[in-house]
Amino acid sequence: MIALSDYLVFGAVLFMISMAGIFLNRKNIIILLMSIELLLLAVNTNLVAFSHYLNDVTGQIFVFFIMTVAAAEAAIGLAIIVLVFRNRKSINVDDLGSMKG
Amino acid sequence: MTFLQFIFYVLAGIAAISGLMMISVKNPVKAALWLVLAFISTAGVWLTAQAEFLGLVLILVYVGAVMVLFLFVVMMLDINVAQIKEGFTRYLPLGVLVSIAIFALMYLVLGPDRFGLSHYPSPQEFGANYSNTKAIAVPLYTTHAYAFILAAVLLLVGIIAAITLTLRRRPTTEVLYQDIDKQVKVRAEDRFRMVKMDAVVEADVKKEEGKDE
Repeated sequence: MIALSDYLVFGAVLFMISMAGIFLNRKNIIILLMSIELLLLAVNTNLVAFSHYLNDVTGQIFVFFIMTVAAAEAAIGLAIIVLVFRNRKSINVDDLGSMKG
Repeated sequence: MTFLQFIFYVLAGIAAISGLMMISVKNPVKAALWLVLAFISTAGVWLTAQAEFLGLVLILVYVGAVMVLFLFVVMMLDINVAQIKEGFTRYLPLGVLVSIAIFALMYLVLGPDRFGLSHYPSPQEFGANYSNTKAIAVPLYTTHAYAFILAAVLLLVGIIAAITLTLRRRPTTEVLYQDIDKQVKVRAEDRFRMVKMDAVVEADVKKEEGKDE
């Protein structure tokens, strides 16, 4: 049978990959946003696994709300990217350093 | 190894590989497509954990809506692909080091020593008449109703924010806009001016014409 640790290790692998993605893709803010989506997916996998093994459906409801927030966040993030690209003609993360408080 | 375990490992492997491909390909369109594959295989993993509703919602919402939005934005922006990968190798050692360190720490905590089958035995399988959707829906609409309404408000905020951020009003010299407020506020006095003047009698036109002939 599948153990709980299998799900948790799978979530950890996804988390590790998306962490590496945030470190490596310093030039493209879109891939950065995609890495954040993968990060949320890893966390959601943990919640689903615990909900299954502890026989408590609250974890799945939590995942439902996290997905709602993630969808809204993706829409606003992409709108901001479109604005940044319209003003600067690039989505290089390093170029955004000039936006100092 | 049972058949379910085999499916789990295959799907987890596909998800991990497509995640790795997503962060390493050059083209953002390809990255989005790899992420779609990662989402679909993770939805399969969730199905093995008997979270059927969330697995299908993951495909519908993420693959059907969010990733299509990503693809739209990627295609709308004119991205210089060659420039994107500059500095990839520069940060590679640091990124690999940090992620491996984090994974090692997580494995120490989450590994089979603490969360194996001996600590958390496999829960009972639900029968064919068990509805995961109903099991989620009943607490969602009763105990978590307030949070559910807040989530709806959050989505509304998301809609308004995304539209107002990307709404672009060109200067009125280029495009003419219909300003309904102004149109409603207009009164007759703004458009129409009464002028007092003496009556002027026009000369007899027919007589004049006759003279010419």
